[in-house]
Formats: sequence, C-alpha cells, structure tokens
Amino acid sequence: MASFNTNEFRSGLKLLIDNDPYTIIENEFVKPGKGQAFNRVKMRNLKTGRVVDKTFKSGESVEAADVMDTDMQYLYFDGEFYHFMVPDTFEQYAAEANAVGDAAQWLKEQDMCLVTLWDNSPLMVAPPNFVELAITETDPGLKGDTAQGGVKPATLETGAVVKVPLFVEEGEVIKVDTRTGEYVSRARD
Amino acid sequence: MVVRARLRQRIRGFFAERKVLEVETPLLVSAAAADPNVPVLAVTPHDRSSNCFLHTSPEHAMKRLLSGGFGDIYQLVPVFRDGEQGRQHNPEFTLLEWYRCGFDHHRLADETIDLLRCLLGELPKVTRIAYCDAFQRWAALNPLTSDSAELAAATASQGGDPGWPRGVQQDYLFGTVVAPQLTGLTVVFDYPAEQAALARLKPADPRLAERFEVFIDGVEIANGFHELADAAEQRQRFEAERKRYAASGRVVPPTDERLLAALEAGLPDCAGVAVGFDRIVMRVTGSDDIRSVMAFPHGEN
Repeated sequence: MASFNTNEFRSGLKLLIDNDPYTIIENEFVKPGKGQAFNRVKMRNLKTGRVVDKTFKSGESVEAADVMDTDMQYLYFDGEFYHFMVPDTFEQYAAEANAVGDAAQWLKEQDMCLVTLWDNSPLMVAPPNFVELAITETDPGLKGDTAQGGVKPATLETGAVVKVPLFVEEGEVIKVDTRTGEYVSRARD
Repeated sequence: MVVRARLRQRIRGFFAERKVLEVETPLLVSAAAADPNVPVLAVTPHDRSSNCFLHTSPEHAMKRLLSGGFGDIYQLVPVFRDGEQGRQHNPEFTLLEWYRCGFDHHRLADETIDLLRCLLGELPKVTRIAYCDAFQRWAALNPLTSDSAELAAATASQGGDPGWPRGVQQDYLFGTVVAPQLTGLTVVFDYPAEQAALARLKPADPRLAERFEVFIDGVEIANGFHELADAAEQRQRFEAERKRYAASGRVVPPTDERLLAALEAGLPDCAGVAVGFDRIVMRVTGSDDIRSVMAFPHGEN
C-alpha cells in the first residue's frame, strides 16, 4: 500500500485514517523546542464531510487513500443507483444515493461530472459548476415587470427548485450555478 | 534586509565590547551528531567517495576551537535542517552561537537576556522557571515521575497519540500545553537529561541536565547548555543517538571523532547558546511568518 511521509504533506493530499479517506486542508510544521517535531493537520473526512484536526509525529508515514478524481458522464438513475461512465474507456460506475448527495438535483443525463473514486467505487459526485436545465413548472410571467427584479420559484427538469426572474417562462432553458443554487441567465440557444 | 543588517551590526558591537572573538567554521562537514530531532542534510560529492553533510549547528567545530584555547567565541552563521519548514522554520536559517568560558547555564542565560535587550529594546517581564515546574504548573504532570497512564491520558486529551514513546508525548505536551503559557520572556532551565545530549548533568540530580531555553511569547528563541566536557560520556550519548537516528531510515553521519578528541584533550569549563537570528528579526518586525524576514525563503528561491 502506498504511503506518504509527513514531509510530503500538502493540501489536497488524500490519506487513509481509521479506514476512512481524508483530504488535507491545511498542514503546519510545529516544533516548539529542540525536541520532537510535529505536523498539525486540518483535514476533511471525505465520507462524512466533517473537518478534524490531527497531529502527526514528523517523519511518520501515513497510508495513502486510493482516491482519484475522474471526469465522467452521467448516464441514468435506476431508482437505486446513479450510473456514470468514463467516456474514454466506457467503464461504468454505479454510485449510491449518499455518494451523490445534493448533486442529484443537478444531474442531467449526458452531463459531465467530477466523480471521486475511492478504492474504485464512487465516493463523491460534484456536478459541473454551471448546468443548463429546462423549466418544467413556474407561474406565468407578468408582462412589463422585467425591470423590478422580482423573483418566483421554478421547478427544473431534474426536480430542483430555483428562484428565477419574473420574465422567465415555462419550457425555457436556464443556466444555474450549482455551487450556490442560483439562477445565472437564460441559456443561449 | 535593512533590519537584518542593523541587527548584525548590533550583535557584532555587543560581542566586540565584551571581547568575544568572531570565528568561522565550515558549513560542509564530514561528521556530525545524529540527533534524531535535528535531521542532517547529506550531500553526495561527484566522485561518491563519501557523504558530506551540511552542518545543523557550528557547535562541534566551535568546541574544537575552545579546546584549542581560543577563549570566548561567537559566530553568526547559516545552518541547515532537513525538512523543517513552517511558520517558524526554514530548512536554512541563521544561528547566532556563542561560548563563554567559566560561565554556567544560568550566567549565560543572563547574558542572553542582555543581548536580547540590546537587540529588541524594552523586554517584556522576565520569568525563570524549571522545566519540571513549568510542566507541573500547566500540564499538572511531573515529567520525571508521572506514570505512563497519566501521561498518555494527558496526551490523548490534547489530540495526541497515547501510543507515542514517552519522550515524544512530553515534547507534544510541552508544545501544546506548556509553551503557549510562556508569555513574555521566559527562561526555562534544567531539562530532563535525555533532552540534552551535549549538556552537563546536574550534580545534585542527574536526571536533569544543565540546559536552558529562552521563549518569547511561546516561541523558542535560544537554547543553551553548560557544556559537557567528558569525552567518554559524550561518546556514549552519541552512540545512543546514532541507534535512534538509524531507526528513522536516514543516512547516519559518522561520529565526530575530532570533537571527542578535542574533549579528551580538554574543553574549558564553559557554557554555550544558540539564538535563532531570524526569529529575532521576526520579533523586531512584528512578523509571524519566517518567510517574510528572508529575502529568498526555501521553496520560493
């Protein structure tokens, strides 16, 4: 199994601790006197998202987590699993609902996503930063109300609900920022 | 750079006034102490004949000068420590090291404070505390007598690993619990013997060594010893360290036979101290990152 020495620690490095994969957020070398040096590490548990602090003896080796970020195309949801494919190799992966998490509401078939694989199974799914989705349901737009900047809820084809300006109508395709869940613009045709 | 130059000038003035001689010793050495906590950078020559090492401190060479009769000496010199990089550390940094004949560690601590006053101006209140008392006060443990379970419980409560060796746990607790309490200027003295490979043991209590450190607001500034002059005892300590150093998988530097020969020939009764010059500059400029007081910090040059 691969491992990392504490002097290789840097942010973004993936470690396996107590059988959970972690990513390093911050690493600090500390040595208060002439004695043993330590690495104080802030890291995120990739399964739970929780951020923890841990201190390692400098020089120690820590097992690496076999975690890899891969671009994949979202294929379909079968009611239990979300299916993804690596376009180059046609390799397919099935992700559980808890790995997909909130990303599910932005997943449109054939869109590209960043899938984090751990020991070759999907651990996390990040949707594209911007997605273009059609509005399936919203109140009719009010003419002449475009300047006031009022908003109304709109349901998208994936089931997500976002606030859109009053002039946007059902059936239109809009661009959404998935990091904030906010409307950006109408999609250009 | 301007501050660094000014401080260098003041240091030279301070020692000239006290008749301490400025000396120079090699940075590239063929033998060194194998202190597991001070990793040495090894350099391979082109013909691969034998490894050289970048010194981690000028201590050995300066002691050879002392035994050669040079008297009081000082040096302001770059030193190298493999892998030490952080807010307070750079793998190459500048040490101010000096030796005073006839001084013990307490008297040298006084002189260190005089120097700091000369460089920093008005100093915060000076506190002196023995290592064990500091540990007792802030960590409620005695590093010499507390049992392993007590120590392990304290380590675990601070987020450390109770499976670490005893010495590592002590260092960890000192760093996380004790050092942050050392506000102002604090002189910590009489360290556990295993934490001072080049210091004399305290005659009244051989579990302790005659070593001191100066902290300013929790940051280590200086480390000094009443120097061990006994060649046989020094050899034993080097051997013990070499075993631990080898266990870390590093290239172990050869034992410094020339230093041991110098001790055998006779080292005058003296005390020596090393001050982190860059940390003084940090203090003067109010910086909390060592990189900001170096023109070209490691990794960015």
